[in-house]
Amino acid sequence: MRYSGLKVIKEALTGHKGWKPTWHNPEPKAKYDVVIIGGGGHGLATAYYLAKNHGITNIAVVEKGWIGGGNVGRNTTIVRSNYLLDGNGPFYELSLKLWEGLEQDFNYNAMVSQRGILNLVHSDAQRDAARRRGNAMILNGSDAELLDVSGVRAMYPFLNFDNARFPIKGGLLHRRGGTVRHDAVAWGYARGADMLGVDIIQNCEVTGFRIENGTCLGVETSKGFIGAGKVASCVAGSSSRVMEKAGMRLPIESHVLQAFVSEGLKPVLDGVITFGAGHFYCSQSDKGGLVFGGDIDGYNSYAQRGNLPVVEDVVEGGMALIPALGRVRVLRSWGGVMDMSMDGSPFIDKTHIDGLYFNGGWCYGGFKATPASGWCYAHLLATGQPHDVATAFRLDRFRQGGMIDEKGQGAQPNLH
Amino acid sequence: MIINHPILGPRDAQEFTYLGDAALIDRPDWQADNAAEGFHDYLYLRDNPAGEHRELWFHEQGDRSWLVLTRNTVTHDILNVELARDVARARGRSK
Repeated sequence: MRYSGLKVIKEALTGHKGWKPTWHNPEPKAKYDVVIIGGGGHGLATAYYLAKNHGITNIAVVEKGWIGGGNVGRNTTIVRSNYLLDGNGPFYELSLKLWEGLEQDFNYNAMVSQRGILNLVHSDAQRDAARRRGNAMILNGSDAELLDVSGVRAMYPFLNFDNARFPIKGGLLHRRGGTVRHDAVAWGYARGADMLGVDIIQNCEVTGFRIENGTCLGVETSKGFIGAGKVASCVAGSSSRVMEKAGMRLPIESHVLQAFVSEGLKPVLDGVITFGAGHFYCSQSDKGGLVFGGDIDGYNSYAQRGNLPVVEDVVEGGMALIPALGRVRVLRSWGGVMDMSMDGSPFIDKTHIDGLYFNGGWCYGGFKATPASGWCYAHLLATGQPHDVATAFRLDRFRQGGMIDEKGQGAQPNLH
Repeated sequence: MIINHPILGPRDAQEFTYLGDAALIDRPDWQADNAAEGFHDYLYLRDNPAGEHRELWFHEQGDRSWLVLTRNTVTHDILNVELARDVARARGRSK
């Protein structure tokens, strides 16, 4: 499916009856070189980069529901490269660089908007931490600016600067961060992969793996057995459920994270703001809705919906930071299921079973990682070696002592 | 969620903090030959089921008791609540 300005005008005048599906809906073949489980952002990006960067096009992406119906359609659309640790920094910087060129690369409007992310600080200790993080970001090739109060006030005069408990003392500004139209990312990658010959097979649930003598030969699905040279799991949120079918226990708990959208407002917030004292972050979508969220609910859940205490907590954080929010009405809220890993960092690795690969553990940071996750997973699948920026994302890192614990919380998934 | 505390009756889940899988009660034997492997699995690996899950909750804003909940992770229904002390004793732990 290709688009042109002329076609848009023609379709506008003829009732939009001539648009064709953006990707095919093929039946699965008996065998593929690579079968990717999960038609979300990461799975589709992996298929796209396998085809584009490595010339492997005999690929199927099998998806239980419809593509883009999981976490790539349930996030708060923020992209950023503001990580502290060496294991993470270069990876997320690659991801942000890929975001910057993504629309030209797959020729699809993903509405990449580098509107800047401002992490507020409320104490001297937080300012020190922000300065340290900013320096780490710059060392990894990202950008960071430490703002004082007047700098923050010039950008967002409506914030509550003089909150008695958490006055705003400044902020760390990451200008290249921003937001991306999340659904368009899935659709753009799907279209790109489809045009390169990838089979996207929807409504096809993986029910098991065929493993013989320590080698994975393919997957059992609701549409029958599909043989594969390599099987690549990419189902963050449900990783434990899928990998259990291969007899694996993972260093992951599934938790629910809620997010919210307000009614449409006139432009009021042109960047992304995060509250440093509570857990609240907010941006404004192009439709005018304020998109905001907070912390995970904190207990194991596969429910894709959360409970009211966290709603209350998020809204309190929002009110403390932006009192003007008080009369805004919330339009929608939803929950997504996160792979919360034991150190808050992801996995892109082989497993102990030949031909079976694993990508997951993205916690609540999977969306921003989509391009680099696909890029690095494709590299691993095609070459057998981890990509240079993803060498730390090993499944056995807890055994080796190679944790990547950005928050320093230890093996307690609900605190990351 | 409302947690039906065995001693205090129904309490709001907000009064509690969550630790994780109740298997954390079964600390491995540190003198066993495979203790390193046992502690790796104990500390880092989880069953993480979709469905019934036995898990530890701490009544931090209440009587500071530890509870073992049996809760459905798909529906959030709480099916059973026990004192963790009773669960541990039933598994042969001392005190």
